Amino acid sequence: MMEYVVEMLDIRKEFPGVIANDNITLRLKKGEIHALLGENGAGKSTLMSILFGLYQADSGKIRVNGKDVSISNPNVANELGIGMVHQHFKLVHNFTVTENIILGMEPKAGLSIDIKSAAKRVKEISEQYGLNVEPNAKIEDVSVGMQQRVEILKMLYRNADILIFDEPTAVLTPQEIDDLIKIMKNLIKEGKSIILITHKLKEIKAVADRCTVIRRGKYIGTVDVESTSKAQMAEMMVGREVLFTVDKPEKKAGEAILKVDNLSVKSSREGVMAVKNFSFEIKEGEILGLAGVEGNGQSELVEAITGLKPITSGKITLNGKEISSLSIRERINSGIAHIPEDRQKRGLVLDYTVGQNMVIEIYDRKPFSDRGLLNHKAISEYAEKIVEDFDVRAGQGVDSITRSLSGGNQQKAIVGREIELKPDVLIAVQPTRGLDVGSIEYIHRRLIEQRNNGKAILLVSLELDEILSLSDRIAIINNGELIGIVNAKDTNENEVGLMMTGIKRGDTD
Amino acid sequence: MKLSILNKIPKSLIVSLLAVVFGLLAGALFMLFTGNNPFEGYTYLIRGGTMNIERLGNTLATASPLILTGLSVAFAFRTGLFNIGASGQMLFGGFCATAVALTLSAPKPILLLISVIAAGIGGALWGVVPGLLKSKFNVHEVVSSIMMNWIAYWVIYYAVPTYLKGAFLETESKKISHEASLRVDWLTNLFDGSYINLGLFIGIISVIVIAFILNKTVLGYELKSVGFNRYAAEYAGISVNKNIVLAMMISGALAGLAGAALYIGNASNIQIGILPPQGFDGIAVSLLGSNTPIGVLAAAIFFGLLYSGKGFMNAMTNIPPEIADTIIATIIYFAATSVLIEKGLDRLKKKRRGN
Repeated sequence: MMEYVVEMLDIRKEFPGVIANDNITLRLKKGEIHALLGENGAGKSTLMSILFGLYQADSGKIRVNGKDVSISNPNVANELGIGMVHQHFKLVHNFTVTENIILGMEPKAGLSIDIKSAAKRVKEISEQYGLNVEPNAKIEDVSVGMQQRVEILKMLYRNADILIFDEPTAVLTPQEIDDLIKIMKNLIKEGKSIILITHKLKEIKAVADRCTVIRRGKYIGTVDVESTSKAQMAEMMVGREVLFTVDKPEKKAGEAILKVDNLSVKSSREGVMAVKNFSFEIKEGEILGLAGVEGNGQSELVEAITGLKPITSGKITLNGKEISSLSIRERINSGIAHIPEDRQKRGLVLDYTVGQNMVIEIYDRKPFSDRGLLNHKAISEYAEKIVEDFDVRAGQGVDSITRSLSGGNQQKAIVGREIELKPDVLIAVQPTRGLDVGSIEYIHRRLIEQRNNGKAILLVSLELDEILSLSDRIAIINNGELIGIVNAKDTNENEVGLMMTGIKRGDTD
Repeated sequence: MKLSILNKIPKSLIVSLLAVVFGLLAGALFMLFTGNNPFEGYTYLIRGGTMNIERLGNTLATASPLILTGLSVAFAFRTGLFNIGASGQMLFGGFCATAVALTLSAPKPILLLISVIAAGIGGALWGVVPGLLKSKFNVHEVVSSIMMNWIAYWVIYYAVPTYLKGAFLETESKKISHEASLRVDWLTNLFDGSYINLGLFIGIISVIVIAFILNKTVLGYELKSVGFNRYAAEYAGISVNKNIVLAMMISGALAGLAGAALYIGNASNIQIGILPPQGFDGIAVSLLGSNTPIGVLAAAIFFGLLYSGKGFMNAMTNIPPEIADTIIATIIYFAATSVLIEKGLDRLKKKRRGN
């Protein structure tokens, strides 16, 4: 009975006020990819932190290779051959790949570090698993996907057999995701076992053998991925039926609201243009999707429209009024709302209460303040309405410190705040990044609703599915240039995917 | 039920109190090492600061500049800035106040008002320079405000002997008249001849004003936004640069007021060759007061007690006065490493739940 490499039996973990794990059981077979599926805050991370020794379970048993073990800290986990690829990489940016991998266990040659033999071993492992990592490259020079492979290599270098991947695709482009899936399959072939923490059903379908679902800290079940449909898994995860397609009625777009003409924006890198002669317009009652591989100028384009970054040349007009020289606040006041890419860096002041965050663009208007004095009551009332309308779940309502909210609820709060600004143009950048199916469905519905109400929406997303299902028209950006604009109705994933690599429609090469 | 009440006490208060307790314990160890009785030492230390109404007044007077410098540092911290230049701002503010006090003749209330305003403006001027440098050229405020300290030091070194020279000594200014001093008869009489003065009221009023600004005003909301997360502030259209300059200006003005409290209140002239240590103590006061106005007030009075009691302790026992300074230093140490105390508290809580 050596079938299971890891068994977590009846694991229970309580935090003040919440039962994060309520008798959860997870069994990992040797050589399988086992998905751990659950919404944000369902208890996935807690369970894995227990396995990795970051938390101790209140009750329950952990067995590794059939033996009872007590994992009191991550070092014990490492010795047992358990390794974790964290969602946020833990790498030293100005070190090389090899230096990062050997950090903490440097092979010595006399008084110096034997970097050469380490690099050789890194190369060997890299080749064995098809990771294609260059041992002497600096981390700051390689792509995000490559950095993730360095993290994987780090575990393999430490002889880990049981690999935990924490939401590994959250930071990757579609191409990189495909590569990662290949790598994971290679790892299995070489005898490793993998636990994949995720809430993306598509990936589970693509790569996992079995799937354990937890919901609000409770164990729901373990299913065979092959014989279970996405809809069934989604229902297990959310606890109700989930609609994958958004209901989007036909709508004739009206007047152009936002016009961008020949816009050029400098990149933060010296001498490089991030956006080049970019032109498009968005009409009222229309969602324009902006598709592209990460880092092709989307962020700079959005920052130029919202005023976070100065433009080099071109024109931005809103309702016929030139806005490219207005301040950020003036643009907000003239009708631009922005759901930012990074909700924790840009979108929220995490140490403020939810209430304080809900008025961050309009605190200086009546009734929220008068003659320089804040009106806390008016702010609370306004925030309470958003929290209620947008189903933001927070322990102490609008008085909760924003940091204490789950990612999904933070995002819903931002979406609510921006929609409540009643803007003419809503710029939504990766509005559902890292969210669970339930929240995604909700936010998508809200965006469509705004479109139906006649708003102009610019949707920037790395998820092609999201772009295809929500947009009326799709603009494709590559290397800062507009490759083309296509109608969502008469295109498909292949065509847009191809254009994202820079090939124009109709090119026959 | 009991636990929930306990949880309502802000963690920062518990951390600060623990820092004080640890500091006092460490001080007790030092006293033991030097062969003295800690109970006796602390008794005299506390009695030295409180035993009669005059000493109580002196304690409060010692605390007055600390309230203001603590407030200055705390206000900057809340905006995400580290104002290590309170000393220089205080010195220059004090110089401005002394200059007004020595040159202008007017009825006492008007003269005081102008002196205090001059102190505030002088401090603001010294604070706004690092603010401008930071907003325009991204020069770190720690570096530039330390430099401003030395500019103030040498400006006073030159200006006092040249323009405000005293009757006998080259190293200090003339004494200001009673008319120009923040000391007022009713207060001196009330506290039995203590040197307590209106500086205390400047401090308390500033605490109230700053608390009001931080919690109730649009300005406070903007400043705190920038302090907590400047990227989010920028996103929301709050001018980060404007708020940095403003915060450093207000912070400098508070330190300038501390200069008035010290040089035309507690003292009656200004000396050259000294950077007032109260500016640096302000950092400790701010940390111990967890950067809140009311916390700063309490922490400053506590430090005032230690400073004014140490002489008496020294006189009555063999404990060297340096011990009081050591205790203060240790408390600063614990307040500065409050993260450790917080972690310890968390671990303690965890353990209790485990059982």
